[in-house]
Amino acid sequence: MTRQAFTIAHYTLLEALRNRLVWLFVLAALLAAGLGALLEQLALTESWQTALALMAPALRLAGAALLAAFVVTSQVRESADKGLELLLALPLPRSAYVLGKLAGYAALALLPALLYGALCWAWSAGAGQSLSQCLLWTLSLWCELCLVAGFALLAVLGLGQALPALATSAGFYLLARSIGAMQLLSHGAAGQHPGPLQRALGGGVDLVAALLPPLDRYTRTDWLLYHSGDSGALWLVLGQSAVYVLLLACAALVDLYRKAL
Amino acid sequence: MGARPLSAVPAGVLLAFALVLVLQLGWHAAAPPPGVRATALAPPPPLAVLQLASLGDPLALARLGMLSLQADDDQPGISLNLRQLDYGRLAGWLERLLALDPRSEYPLLAASTVYSAVDDPADQRQMLDLVYRAFGADPNRRWQALAQAALIARHRLHDLPLARSYARAIRLQATGPGVPAWARELEVFMAEDMNELDSARALIGALIASGQVTDPHELRFLATRLEQIAARQALARQPRAGH
Repeated sequence: MTRQAFTIAHYTLLEALRNRLVWLFVLAALLAAGLGALLEQLALTESWQTALALMAPALRLAGAALLAAFVVTSQVRESADKGLELLLALPLPRSAYVLGKLAGYAALALLPALLYGALCWAWSAGAGQSLSQCLLWTLSLWCELCLVAGFALLAVLGLGQALPALATSAGFYLLARSIGAMQLLSHGAAGQHPGPLQRALGGGVDLVAALLPPLDRYTRTDWLLYHSGDSGALWLVLGQSAVYVLLLACAALVDLYRKAL
Repeated sequence: MGARPLSAVPAGVLLAFALVLVLQLGWHAAAPPPGVRATALAPPPPLAVLQLASLGDPLALARLGMLSLQADDDQPGISLNLRQLDYGRLAGWLERLLALDPRSEYPLLAASTVYSAVDDPADQRQMLDLVYRAFGADPNRRWQALAQAALIARHRLHDLPLARSYARAIRLQATGPGVPAWARELEVFMAEDMNELDSARALIGALIASGQVTDPHELRFLATRLEQIAARQALARQPRAGH
């Protein structure tokens, strides 16, 4: 099965490279660098920090959006070409298909992660940027992009159409990034006694948070600006990503095994 | 698929296209020019709302907020002077943005260097007060903004007691290794300016005795300062002795 999954991953990556997706990643990097240069001129003080604080989230968002769009459109095209039916008709375990696709998308996610990490490093290396913090940011971005690609794959396998799958992926990403702040809001200020309605609301938000990866703790800009990343942050990102990718893979398998040819 | 010549398009369609194009140009010419009107700075939303809007990246929102605030006095088609800004709301925004990114010095330096340049003493005091309140939360990082505030209180507001209170706060609270000796000595100069020479001598003595000043050049500078103060005091006593 490993060999079959590897072949699928290889062709998934090949499709992305021939699709000029890499140029889109590069274009996003150039736009972000242009934005950074402009902001650096506008800032009154802490100029490189200001540029980096806005460039880094823009790069992260661009990477996630481009990757999710590629995963969804690629899967929809494969489905429209009856490629998925052809693959499933072969003596190939469905799990090999899901694992191969996930591995291919994870390999693809390495490209923007390395490119954007290198750009952030190059931007601030002269100002005393720490290489280890840039590496942590890059690794965390790769994990974040793997989660986005995994969720987009699950969404498109389940929903089958591009627009609903893209909307669901965007919703997942925005919710996962803001769920921490939502939890704080729903529980009210410390020292207050919440009423039954607020307790129920807080419990509901906690439940949603338990099902989502805390993306607000991933790829943090303060690692680049204040060098505050540590081994605890690294293990949280790696551990949570491993668990959640497995969860997404299992959910996608459940969905795929239920599909009739 | 090749393109057919323009003659293949029915004359009615071409005529309609030309008419509608003329209509659009006429509409644009007849429309009034866009009005130029300054919009007031909106009140800052609660911190929790800003944290939610930041999508888990409060630092980016804080920097974006600072750049947006900085551009508020230069709106499309109109340039406002600082006096036209609502300083109450401005202080609220600066506090919120500082809360989003407490390690940034941007909001406090903007308050102490840009927004305190307004020619209204009440607005100036509001900015200096904001810097002083924020200084207490992180003195070793925020001493620069308070030192700037002390100088503004001294030279623009001509409020020596206020300037000295800021300088005293720096001496007592900003005790980290990154704070230069001159910042801790600021209170001495303020006391001298207030002609409180005994107090200035006592402060220099306290600074030396506390061990906060270790650099030989600084110690020599303070010793010279002590001598100068003693000379000034002796000069001040001479006319009284002559009577």
